[in-house]
Amino acid sequence: MGSGHGTELNLTLKVWRQKNAKAAGSFETHQLTGISTDMSFLEMFDVLNEKLIHEGKEAIAFDHDCREGICGACSMYINGRPHGPKNLVTTCQLHMRSFKNGDTIVVEPWRSAAFPVIKDLAVDRTAFDRIIASGGYVSVNTGNAQDANNILIPKEAADEAFSAAACIGCGACVAACKNASAMLFVSAKVSQLALLPQGQVERKERVKKMVAQMDEEGFGNCTNTGACEAECPKGISLENIARMNRELTAASLK
Amino acid sequence: MSQGFLKSSVGKKVLMGLTGLFLISFLLVHCFINSLIFFNDGGLTFNTAAAFMAHNWLIRAGELVLFAGLILHVIQALILTLENRKARPVGYAKFDGAANSSWYSRSMGLLGTLLLIFLIIHLIHFWVKSRFTGLPGEDANGNENLYAVMQFTFSIGIVVVIYALSMISLAYHLLHGFQSAFQSLGLNHKTYTPLIKKAGVAFSLIIPFIFALMPVLMYFGVIK
Repeated sequence: MGSGHGTELNLTLKVWRQKNAKAAGSFETHQLTGISTDMSFLEMFDVLNEKLIHEGKEAIAFDHDCREGICGACSMYINGRPHGPKNLVTTCQLHMRSFKNGDTIVVEPWRSAAFPVIKDLAVDRTAFDRIIASGGYVSVNTGNAQDANNILIPKEAADEAFSAAACIGCGACVAACKNASAMLFVSAKVSQLALLPQGQVERKERVKKMVAQMDEEGFGNCTNTGACEAECPKGISLENIARMNRELTAASLK
Repeated sequence: MSQGFLKSSVGKKVLMGLTGLFLISFLLVHCFINSLIFFNDGGLTFNTAAAFMAHNWLIRAGELVLFAGLILHVIQALILTLENRKARPVGYAKFDGAANSSWYSRSMGLLGTLLLIFLIIHLIHFWVKSRFTGLPGEDANGNENLYAVMQFTFSIGIVVVIYALSMISLAYHLLHGFQSAFQSLGLNHKTYTPLIKKAGVAFSLIIPFIFALMPVLMYFGVIK
């Protein structure tokens, strides 16, 4: 054997249970035995839910979709950190080998006034959708599409726009921030379009509208602690926040 | 600039950064003038500079701007803190902040409050005396003797301890605030940001250290 494969863990899981947005929630403790270190964190939850269903209890509600780290659905605040102890991964990409036998794991939903709990660990992140809808679009000419090579884009701008576009909208930045600020998410979306020629038409209005929508949703203010960048599964840089600050200042100065 | 900007989350931070940098520039001037006591000439050079500061109309006008900047910085901080609390009504049961950020970057409100308390004490010690209640006589050059007030104030052990500890608060507040101000103003650059961060660390350590040195050296009679 060796190399850690096939090892099994016994764990204590403290999970947040909450019937709906209005109900008061509380922690529920579960003992799990024989959890394979090769399982993902979500698979461990699948095992727990199977067990609960067999016992005639209600399964724990949690968001998940692609399970390959690109959709951003799996919002879980694990042991005091969004997506758990590893950097640059989502919960689905976190494996049980990151934990030790006998560990107690505390799992909570994202905590933010703008992300109300729907049930248990699932939160409502449509605030992000409304921010995108407020300004995350570009004007396009009707008729035949022009040759893509007609639009010249400097390599550096293309790379930076692409890095910003890597944001999957998971909300870990909000969850990690002590102020529940959405600056990293919004700045990534603003940057992605501000850096490209296609985004110039709405450039000034976009940043104004998206920041206004962000503030209206009740997210907190950025205090530059850098927790968002450290916890972002896609490594979105704080440079984007500086760019958004710049963009809004410039747009408001006219 | 539209009023909407200053009310937005970004605008509030820009104002925080601008007032912060302004207060930082004041610290530099304050530290430079106070360092004249290191000549150890019985405060003659220091008193000359202090007299100039007290009677120059431009400096006096600047003093008003300084108070305005400080009050703006404090009020803005209060508004931001209250809003940020509201943004997370239910906290986490388990929070591992150390995993992703420094404690002082998360404690600017606390450090700022300690500094505000210190500032009130400090103003009562020096500013109120120099502007309102009067200074104890003149030095050999005929200048008002602010230095004598320093000597008296820093002969009290507990005062020296409070000043030295407050300078530790200042160092940590600056350690986050200096580079954070540039980020809030949107000044983030691949080449210059690392330099700003280094300059910020140097400033945050050197200036409070020099400030702390003054009461300590006076207390122990190194500066007479």
